[in-house]
Amino acid sequence: MAKLHIDPMTRIEGHLKIEVDVEGGKVVDAKSMGTLFRGFEIILKDRDPRDASQLTQRICGVCPTAHATASVRCLDNAFKIKPPTNGRIMRNLIYGADYLMSHILHFYHLVALDYVKGPDTAPFIPRYEGDYRLDPKTNKVVVDQYLQALDIRQKCHQMVAVFGGKAPIVYGMVAGGATEVPTFDKIVSFKWRLQEIRDFIDNTYLPTVYLVAGAYKDLFEVGVGCKNLISFGVFPLDDDEKTFLLKAGSYTQGKDMPLDQGQVKEYVKYSFYDDKTTGLHPSKGATKPDAHKKAGYSWVKAPRYRELPHEGGPLSRMWITNPVLSRHANKFLGVDAKKEIRFRDLGDKTFSILGRIVARAEECKLIADAMDKWILQLKPGAPSNVKVEVPKEGEGFGLTEAPRGALGHWISIKDHKIDNYQVVAATIWNASPRDDKGQLGPIEQALVGTPVKDIKNPFNVVRVVRSFDP
Amino acid sequence: MPISRRQFLKYCAGTGIAIGASGTLLPEIVEALEKAVAGNPPVAWIQGGGCTGCSVSLLNTVHPSIAEVLLKIISLKYHPTVMAASGEKAGDYLYDMAEKNKGKYFLAVEGTVVTGMDGKFCTPGKFKGKELTFIKLMVDMGTNAAAVLALGQCGAYGGIPAGKPNPTDSKGVMDFFKDHGIKTPVINIPGCPPHPDWIVGTIAHVLMFGVPELDSDGRPKLFYSTNVHDNCPYRSYYDANKFAKSFGDEGCRIELGCKGPESFADCWKRGWNKNVNWCIHNSLCFGCTQPGFPDKFSPLYTKIETAGREVA
Repeated sequence: MAKLHIDPMTRIEGHLKIEVDVEGGKVVDAKSMGTLFRGFEIILKDRDPRDASQLTQRICGVCPTAHATASVRCLDNAFKIKPPTNGRIMRNLIYGADYLMSHILHFYHLVALDYVKGPDTAPFIPRYEGDYRLDPKTNKVVVDQYLQALDIRQKCHQMVAVFGGKAPIVYGMVAGGATEVPTFDKIVSFKWRLQEIRDFIDNTYLPTVYLVAGAYKDLFEVGVGCKNLISFGVFPLDDDEKTFLLKAGSYTQGKDMPLDQGQVKEYVKYSFYDDKTTGLHPSKGATKPDAHKKAGYSWVKAPRYRELPHEGGPLSRMWITNPVLSRHANKFLGVDAKKEIRFRDLGDKTFSILGRIVARAEECKLIADAMDKWILQLKPGAPSNVKVEVPKEGEGFGLTEAPRGALGHWISIKDHKIDNYQVVAATIWNASPRDDKGQLGPIEQALVGTPVKDIKNPFNVVRVVRSFDP
Repeated sequence: MPISRRQFLKYCAGTGIAIGASGTLLPEIVEALEKAVAGNPPVAWIQGGGCTGCSVSLLNTVHPSIAEVLLKIISLKYHPTVMAASGEKAGDYLYDMAEKNKGKYFLAVEGTVVTGMDGKFCTPGKFKGKELTFIKLMVDMGTNAAAVLALGQCGAYGGIPAGKPNPTDSKGVMDFFKDHGIKTPVINIPGCPPHPDWIVGTIAHVLMFGVPELDSDGRPKLFYSTNVHDNCPYRSYYDANKFAKSFGDEGCRIELGCKGPESFADCWKRGWNKNVNWCIHNSLCFGCTQPGFPDKFSPLYTKIETAGREVA
């Protein structure tokens, strides 16, 4: 048996270490280990609740708008306020633009180098050698797109800034709505940028994803995972925020179920936190680090839904929402272009490395197309926020979907200050260690069974991990 | 055509041809830079207690584009978010590079130096067969670097992780080097995150002319010497006592909690994201380039005491 340590696990956000045992050419056991603790939840205590929407964005510089969204929804809930229509739409547009940035960045800059050989210069070397299957011409096309996508993702951030103020880290989302009053100029400036991005998604990103997938078809069978899926829902479509572009719900042990946030618990038996804090709902959650804990192997807690590991991210959202896919999907499957193909029509293939990558690209188009309609629903000059007063006491939660999975913030307020603030971040679901019952986290489960042809160049291991966009 | 240091400073400060209008560095600088750095000096970018936001901000550089930076200006030998390699292949490459280029490579540090619990809060990887703490990595890489760029609030001053009660004993690079007697020059590039022009512009200065002149907070004067409030386009509202009472109102943002009077940076003329927008136009300045952020400016959405000070 060979033990592989992949540390650092690069091309992700944050610090992750992967440990796998390989026997007979396959992974037989896996551990996913978070290797950084900063203590945001501890730092948030006793601060002005409104500051949470700024401070929590700095949990993740790749998806700050996700934390901004969860946080302002959490504060809205605790303050018992609702943003006006303009505020809701502007939040969706800021967040949507960052989603497009994140998905494009993920495919081209975080995962593509596992399938495509970059130029023979740093930072593209050193690299794993062996399993690159594209012919030199196609390989070059994708490398050129890597560079083009750098510019496209930068332009996505210009879109974020139109209503968000700047990116990364936005100032335009606040409790009660958004800060800008939309003007005709701003709407136009957003819309023309979106045109260019949509063109790139439709005519470059999506076809390239299917092109690469075609060369690595066996990877539709690798990295299955726990097959329990969760989505908190994202992009509210009505002012009561009850319906979402990407729906809330779960797919648990083969059954579709409505979402019940009361069923979320965090376990810490194998995480570096005090055992007394295990099994708590986040509204009562606690963060007590214990760096010397013997059983601990990760700084990530193990959130479970209905006591089971659940995967979050585009695969989960697309499976739960089950929308119609792009014409590129028809072409890939060799199905008549006029026939509607929905995500679940892809079947079990979706539970795989490539299933996640295809889900992300298709979702990117779905969101970009929806944004093109939302931008015209803004009412120039109409208010975008409501007055905010911090209550003396209160409790609330805010749920959303980060590009990489289900994200929730929970707050309790005492004497106008934060008494407890708990964050269940998206990657915490996927990259979690074992829970108290010994159930492996979603990435750990997806790794078990993964074929490893060459232990010096364990392509499939890193491909599985990166397919989750941790 | 080579450009002089004087011209360069002028370009960066935007006093000559207005750099601020485009939110980019001028083509002249980029061209001179590409020529000056023939041989692409090695840069290693390491990450401690951070969020990757500084890296994402750097990716937003417009001119030079990030592709130009990576392929024509520097040789990025190590960057956890960008590099192809994983695991020991990546870690060993870093140590080999540092050995080969002793005293010649540049080190960029993103995130805090997490010093609590003997470094157990942050273990960035396995290098030459050993799992290291970020403390050890900083000592090894910092000691032999030509200069260190301490990026963002975190790298410069400790940032949010060092916010009260600083549960991980997080520190900025300068403080950490002082504790360990490391003499390598450090340039702070604060901001949460810093503007990409501040990062690329500082790198350009270092490569062409050496370490730029720094202020008492260790920041390059060419980007951080102007007061945001004194130069704010909304300043005339302030002088006319016209104050925004809620977001979206016309008027100076002081009453809403703007920290412009305490902040030094050139956002007011540079703008963000190719000058599409900037903080105060959108809402407020939170003082993210200043030592002490966020505690010094908390609560963020509350008027600061110094707001009424007389300014030149």
